[in-house]
Amino acid sequence: MFPLGIYPYIVGGLIIGVGVFFVYVMTGLHATQSSFFSTTISYFSNIPYFQRRTYLDTREWRLFFAAGVIIGALIYTLTISPDGFWITSVHWWRLLIGGFLVGFGTRLSSGCTSGHGISGVASLSTTSLYAVITFILVGIFTANAMQILGVAA
Amino acid sequence: MNNRNTILFIGGVFFGFGLAFGGMSKPEIVLSFLQLRDYGLILLMGAASAMAFVAINIVPKFMGEPALGGEFKPRTRAFNRNTVLGAIVFGVGWGMSGQCPGSALSSLGVGNIPVILGIGAMFAGAYVMGRFFG
Repeated sequence: MFPLGIYPYIVGGLIIGVGVFFVYVMTGLHATQSSFFSTTISYFSNIPYFQRRTYLDTREWRLFFAAGVIIGALIYTLTISPDGFWITSVHWWRLLIGGFLVGFGTRLSSGCTSGHGISGVASLSTTSLYAVITFILVGIFTANAMQILGVAA
Repeated sequence: MNNRNTILFIGGVFFGFGLAFGGMSKPEIVLSFLQLRDYGLILLMGAASAMAFVAINIVPKFMGEPALGGEFKPRTRAFNRNTVLGAIVFGVGWGMSGQCPGSALSSLGVGNIPVILGIGAMFAGAYVMGRFFG
């Protein structure tokens, strides 16, 4: 069940949790990810959907948060990572098409693995629970279907 | 950089470090969960959720308001058709690519240059959603 052991997952999750905990206790904000795309688009698009109040009010801290996520992973890579810099072997078109669906779907659903998966579930939101069950089941189905169909990694 | 932005940046550093430490910056590891070969992702999500649970449900009993002001409010969203439709579309993209928004950003930090395509596509997907379906 855990070919790489359970330690990296539990410790990694707890470190993520420290970040979420710290942000919430200090500011009352939920440190979640996918809204970052929509709020950042609000800097460039005049479409009313993107110019909504909540996006304009949160777009600045979401940029700082996203920058922190990138820097945090960079610090890991430059310090204790056994791999150093690392490149995926997942094919570029899977990143591209999958990424488009991730951007579209998370915004339509108002949350992703962090918004629904961590903050929503921790808030005991049934909406988030349904969303998490749905995207995990669909993700399992899709990943296995691609493997069975022999789609190149 | 005001205080709030500093807090969010520091919180982000923990978030990104934890994602990378837990292997989530590698789409291969996310896919190994979705292909039911390694259940670690559930442990990671559970550990992070447990910390968030304490912050959201227990800390407010001892602190009236967040340290920098504002209010404590659980994250809730109204349930509607889009909750499920969006989660289905996200699930397909997740299963195809092994990426989600946070893991893709952390992947950039581990030097995974190809993920720029994935992040660019996430922006495009978010734009199309807001432009035509928002």
